[in-house]
Amino acid sequence: MQANSLVLDHVSKHFTQPNNGAALQVLDDIALNIAPGEFISIVGASGCGKSTLLRLILGLESEFEGQILLGGRAIRGTGLERGIVFQDHRLFPWLNVRDNIAVGLKNSPLASAAKQQVVREHLALVGLERFAEAYPHQISGGMAQRVAIARGLVNRPSVLLLDEPFGALDALTRARLQNELQRIWAQENITMVLVTHDVEEAVFLGDRVVVMQPNPGRIKRIVDVGLPHPRQRSDARLVALRDDVLGDFLDA
Amino acid sequence: MKAYRGWLLPLVALGAWWLASEYGWSRSGLWVSPQQVLATAIHEVASGHLWVALGASLARDLSGFAIGAGLGLALGCVLGLSALGNRLLGPSFNTFKQVSLFAWIPLISVWFGLGDVAKVVFLSLAALVPVVVNTADGLRNVPLPLLEVARVYGYSRWQSLTLVRLPAALPSIFTGLYLGLIYSWLATIGAEYLLVSGEGIGNTLIDGSEHFRMDLVLFGMLVIGTVGWLLNSLARLAERRLQRLYGTF
Ligand SMILES: Nc1ncnc2c1ncn2[C@@H]1O[C@H](COP(=O)(O)OP(=O)(O)O)[C@@H](O)[C@H]1O
Ligand SMILES: [Mg+2]
Repeated sequence: MQANSLVLDHVSKHFTQPNNGAALQVLDDIALNIAPGEFISIVGASGCGKSTLLRLILGLESEFEGQILLGGRAIRGTGLERGIVFQDHRLFPWLNVRDNIAVGLKNSPLASAAKQQVVREHLALVGLERFAEAYPHQISGGMAQRVAIARGLVNRPSVLLLDEPFGALDALTRARLQNELQRIWAQENITMVLVTHDVEEAVFLGDRVVVMQPNPGRIKRIVDVGLPHPRQRSDARLVALRDDVLGDFLDA
Repeated sequence: MKAYRGWLLPLVALGAWWLASEYGWSRSGLWVSPQQVLATAIHEVASGHLWVALGASLARDLSGFAIGAGLGLALGCVLGLSALGNRLLGPSFNTFKQVSLFAWIPLISVWFGLGDVAKVVFLSLAALVPVVVNTADGLRNVPLPLLEVARVYGYSRWQSLTLVRLPAALPSIFTGLYLGLIYSWLATIGAEYLLVSGEGIGNTLIDGSEHFRMDLVLFGMLVIGTVGWLLNSLARLAERRLQRLYGTF
C-alpha cells in the first residue's frame, strides 16, 4: 500500500466518566502532520492520553472533536490500511503463531495462496519461521510481540501504530526488538507512530519526537531528531537529545 | 509410593471390615462380610442382572444428558450473545435455577408418569442448568481486547462470533458440559429412586434395601461410584485433548 500522510487536525477527546457522568477531557487540541514514511515517537507520562490518541487514529473510538485525515480523507472506523501493535500482544491463545498472523488477513482481498505466501514472508520478517506451529503460551513475551508486529504488518498498512509495544519486555530483548523494528521500518517504507514512555527508545527510533504533557493530554513540544537511520545507540547526538527530552519531564 | 497414598484409608477400612466380619463382632443380619459382597458381585455379573440394570441407567443418563446439554447450549447462546434474549429469558432462568432439582419430581411425575420419559426429563433438567450457566458466562466474558482485535481487522459479526467469541468461550462451555455429565449421573440414581419403576442400577439399590440385602446395596453403591469415576475421567481426558488442541487458555 502506498504510504499516505496522516494529519491530526486539532483533535480533542472527552470521556464521560461512568461514575458521575461528568466529562473528562483527555486530549486537548492535538495538531500534527505526519509525512508518508515518517517515524514518529510520542512520549509522555502514563495517563496523558497516548493510548487514546492511537485508538482514535485506529478508529476504535469514533467520538472526538477535530479531524483525522489519512491521504486527505477523514478516517471512519477501523481499516486495513491502519495496523496496530498493542502493549499486551493480544494474540488469540487458541491459534498458533502462523494462524495468529493470518488473523490480520481474514478480510484481505488476496487469494488464499497469496495469503499463505504473505504469512510466510512475515514469519521470516520477524524471524519466527521455526515457531510457526507454537502457541502463544509456548513462546516468550518478546516473541509474542514479534508475532503481533507481523500480524500488524500483513496487510501492508500505510500506517503502523505501536502502543508501548516493548514496555513489558526486559532491557536486552527491548533493545534487540528496537533494532529489528528500525530495520523493518526501513524495509517496508511505511509510516510508524510509536507511543512509549521510554525517552531513549523514542529518540533512538523517531524522526521526530512528540513530547506530551497530561491533564488534559496535549503536545508540549516536537523535537526534530534529524539523524539518518540506521542509528547507533551510543551516538553522542542521540544521547544529548535524550537528556534534553528527559529534562522536559524532570522539571515539570 | 506417593501415588498410592490415597489407597491407604480404603484398604485399612476394608481390612477392618473383613476382621470385624471374621471375628463376628456384629451378629446383626444387616452386617455383611466383604466375601458376601464379592459373591453377590460375581452373581450379579454372571447372571447378567448387572448389565441389564447398568445398561438401562446409562442409556437414560446419556439420553437425558444429550437433551439437556443440547437445549442448554442453545439457551446459553441466547443468554450469552443477545442482550434482548438475556432481558427476556435471563430473569426467568435465574428464578428457575433457584428451584431445587428434586422439587420438580412431583410435577414431572404428574405430567410424565413414573416411566422412562419422566426420568429422562428429570435428567435433562439436571444437565441443563450448569450447561446454560457456563455457556452464557463464557460467551459474555470474552475479553474486550480480543474483540477489539476482531474490529481492527474488519471482522463481521458472524466472524467475531465464530472466530473469536466461541473459541474464547470454549473452556467455559466445556466446564458446563463436564458438570452436566456429572450432575446427570447423580440425578440418574435420584430419578430411579424417586420415580420407582423399571430397570436401573438405582432399582438394584432399592431391591437390596427392601429385602434387607446389604450385600446388594453395597454392591450397587460400588457400581454407581465406579461409573461416576469413569465418567469423570473420560471428561477429564476429553478436556485435556481439547486444551492440547487449542493451547492452554
Ligand atoms: N473509556 C474510557 N472512559 C473513561 N476514561 C478513560 C477511558 N479510556 C481512558 N480514559 C482516561 O483517559 C486518560 C488517558 O488514558 P490513556 O489514553 O490510556 O493514557 P496513556 O496511554 O497515556 O497512559 C486516563 O485518565 C484514563 O483514565
Ligand atoms: Mg497507554
